[in-house]
Amino acid sequence: MLALTIYISFAGALVLAMMPRAAAAIVRVIALAVAVIGLAVALMSFVAAGAQGPVAVADVAWIPAMGIRYTLAADGISRVLVLLTGLAAVAGILFSWNIGDKEGDRANEFFAFFLALIGGVYGVFLSVDVFLLFVFYEIAIVPKYFLIAIWGSTRCEYGAMKLALYSFAGSAMVLIGLLAAYATAGSHTMNLQALAQYPFPISFQMWAFPLVFTGFAILAGMWPFHTWAPTGHVAAPTAASMLLAGVVMKLGAYGCLRVAMTLFPHGLDPWGFSVLGIDSWRTVFALFAVIGILYGAVVALVQNDFKFVIGYSSVSHMGLVLLGLLTLTQIGIDGAVLQMFSHGILAGLLFATVGRIVYERTHTRDLGILSRLQLGKAMPFAAWLFVIAGMASMGLPGFSGFVAEVQVLVGAWRAFPWFAVLAGLGIVIGVAYTWRAMQRVFFSDLPAIDSSGASVPIPEYEPVTWAEKTGVILLTGTSLVIGLYPRLLLDVIAPAVQAMPHVLLTGGRQ
Amino acid sequence: MNSLVNGVNYGNLFAVTLPETILEIVSLLVLVVDLGWLRKSAQSTRMAAACVLGVLGCLSSVLWLSAHPQTASLATDALAATPLVAAAQIGILILTALVLLLSVKAEFSRNPGEYAAIVLLSATGMLLVTAARDLLIIFVALELLSLSLYVLTAFAKSSAQSAESALKYYLFGGMSAAMMLFGFSYLYGLTGSTNLSEIATALASQSISPLLVVALVLVAAGLGFKIAAVPFHLWAPDTYQGAPTQIAALIASGSKVASFSVLIALTDGVLGSQPYGQNPPWIMVLVWMAFASIVLGNLAALVQTSVRRLLAYSAIAHAGYMLLGIAAHTPQSSASVLYYTLTYALTIIGAFGVISIVERSTGSDKLDAFAGLSRRNPLLAGSMLIFLLSLAGIPPLVGFWAKFNLFASVLRSPTAGHWGLPLVALALGASAISLFYYLQVLKRVYVVKSAQTEPLLISFVELATLVIIALAVALLGVFPSALSGWIPLG
Repeated sequence: MLALTIYISFAGALVLAMMPRAAAAIVRVIALAVAVIGLAVALMSFVAAGAQGPVAVADVAWIPAMGIRYTLAADGISRVLVLLTGLAAVAGILFSWNIGDKEGDRANEFFAFFLALIGGVYGVFLSVDVFLLFVFYEIAIVPKYFLIAIWGSTRCEYGAMKLALYSFAGSAMVLIGLLAAYATAGSHTMNLQALAQYPFPISFQMWAFPLVFTGFAILAGMWPFHTWAPTGHVAAPTAASMLLAGVVMKLGAYGCLRVAMTLFPHGLDPWGFSVLGIDSWRTVFALFAVIGILYGAVVALVQNDFKFVIGYSSVSHMGLVLLGLLTLTQIGIDGAVLQMFSHGILAGLLFATVGRIVYERTHTRDLGILSRLQLGKAMPFAAWLFVIAGMASMGLPGFSGFVAEVQVLVGAWRAFPWFAVLAGLGIVIGVAYTWRAMQRVFFSDLPAIDSSGASVPIPEYEPVTWAEKTGVILLTGTSLVIGLYPRLLLDVIAPAVQAMPHVLLTGGRQ
Repeated sequence: MNSLVNGVNYGNLFAVTLPETILEIVSLLVLVVDLGWLRKSAQSTRMAAACVLGVLGCLSSVLWLSAHPQTASLATDALAATPLVAAAQIGILILTALVLLLSVKAEFSRNPGEYAAIVLLSATGMLLVTAARDLLIIFVALELLSLSLYVLTAFAKSSAQSAESALKYYLFGGMSAAMMLFGFSYLYGLTGSTNLSEIATALASQSISPLLVVALVLVAAGLGFKIAAVPFHLWAPDTYQGAPTQIAALIASGSKVASFSVLIALTDGVLGSQPYGQNPPWIMVLVWMAFASIVLGNLAALVQTSVRRLLAYSAIAHAGYMLLGIAAHTPQSSASVLYYTLTYALTIIGAFGVISIVERSTGSDKLDAFAGLSRRNPLLAGSMLIFLLSLAGIPPLVGFWAKFNLFASVLRSPTAGHWGLPLVALALGASAISLFYYLQVLKRVYVVKSAQTEPLLISFVELATLVIIALAVALLGVFPSALSGWIPLG
């Protein structure tokens, strides 16, 4: 049944691409309907499958000559991420409801690219065949270029090109690794589980692991390959940044776990010598993750563009995901997957607040100017929304972020105690930048003056629409439910992590 | 020489060359119809009639080929009739038919009959080149192909650029043909035979002599010119830019398929058909040409502002990828090279089709001429999107699978040893770079707004041809095993 999410998204994209430009109203309804059906399917399968093991979805021969099959299946991790994709898709469409209002908005193309992207993301999370996964991975990247370049703002062509080139350089690295693995195994299969059984020589895993891991981690925003992420987020239109931070960056982290770490577990720990206390690829990448956490947080602290604050905070939060994965502990990986879900929801909410609700009404993202607009009084809804989203994002108990971060830190404490301390420091800085942005944008006491310095009354802004409210309720509600009762997801994630190859959880150490 | 004259079964030979014979008869028929009956008719009617007749000729050849499954390894000593050859020939015929379909509305020539007839003659040359297994036949067929293309390149008589590019093409081509002939004569002197399988046998028992290396380098120079591999690529950008668009498409498609087929056959001849080649010099020549083509082709394409030149440099890069497959020298890698050339050729014909329509409307093939195409004609823009993304190797389009099959077969080849992985990695990295210049075109098509916003009208035949090609590129990508009945990739 889950396969329906893929087909309906692509079918929707095709239908919308064929629609005439003028039919923006119908286009939006169709897009929303497609996304809602996708979410419903994801939710139903989530409830129906419960904590069971992997559920086979489809399996047919695709390219018999190469042993490539069209194999889809879902275990707990996939089901959680498919659910996230469904939520992000519905929320993204609700927050882009204004596209098509103006002449020349090209709504049909926008939603067609949007749905194609969503279809690719569903496909990645459900693929078991590595090449199928790779194909969907690339399908998910291409529409991003057009979404950003056509509908974006602030140097959008530059941001879109940078994102496309980084992603494709990353996927070229992945493809090299996969081709080499295919040629080395010589087993005529591309099935992840079957390939993971193959004992790749340690000397091979030693270079294949970092290659494939880095390839995927580029899309996850790993430092030092993260620079596309803030630029891309800022350039992208609201719905696209919601998807970019919400689900597309998760594709990278998912690939790291599912492909790089599962196929080449011995590559995590193969050095046998130490340079400055760093003794394996695992420590190298964990170090990168920690630098990402701290660097993203510190840079977010000094930004003057509201969207850059959120953009860099994404780099920081994705660092936590990577750190969690690299702990190779049950609790760390559980926490990382939960953090993927949680960050997907919260990044969506934050970008929606910044991009759609604040920027589209005030036409500025400069914190200095915003601090003089008295938005707390002019836009109470947006102010409260940002307070909630910001609290959740800084890891306040009661929201999904808290549960995830605690688990990652516990896992990290067991694997790399020093890194855990530094990551904790990053979370503290996270409180600071969120607080700073919140204070300057919404609760500044500065008198309201316009650009010439004359004092003005509190401006009136266009009221919040029903579509925006629905999207907000959907995302905040989800974050609260998961925060208050995380077992809903953890009971599904944990068995799936347990069921991963044993060698992965030990990092290849006997 | 004996092999050519003795022991020929004429019935068999006639059967094998029937597709070529059909094409020649049709080309004469086109001339008779055009010059005999339609001389007084309007220019456009004459062009349409000539092209449609040519298409029918190609299709009847395709019908004959597909109705007679070829299993014999060699029909005569000089011409092969294997399933792979048949696949390449059917591909060439379809590509020629597509080029003719895209020429139906062409206005560059006042001699439609001659145009279609020469296109058919060049296709005859391509078919012969593909089947040839004897140095003499290879040379004669290549010259038939090349001379036709020189003439066709100059066909836009009113355009000085067309004449200039034809002259360059001709001079480079004549030079490389001379070198190749020189190389062939050395090969004959060393082995006493012009037949490829006899050459293989003779070379297997010899050690590598300096003379052989010279011969191989000369042959590589000749064929390197045909496939536009660095350093024999200099003609390509000028010719692609100056030739009538349809002819640039033919040079980039059909003639590429034919040249790569002969390169595969020659490699088998020089190395023997064992997977472990006896002749590292030939492999090293191919590997270096591949390396240089990949690097130079992609880097030079980055800075082009003319879309035709951009495609010319990207063609050089693609030739580099394919050379890797030839150097890997296994049955799988040969099949993958054929798969790559055929699907690449199909895609590039589509891309040139779009260029010719844009050029007709704006009078330029610069990047900026493509601005706003998605508003002026969404279907045309969508086709261009599919073609260029496929050339960049983005799944699920067929270009991705072509690259995937090719590189997987290179990595699996025992010949590839220590150069396989580094060069495949280079090729994949380079194709990530190539995305940049393909996106430069797509950016104009979809993102940049243009002053011209009125719809771009094109004829039904052109639109239908391009949409069918685009659908084929997309569907062959989604069902990549659709071609495997023809081309065994396993």
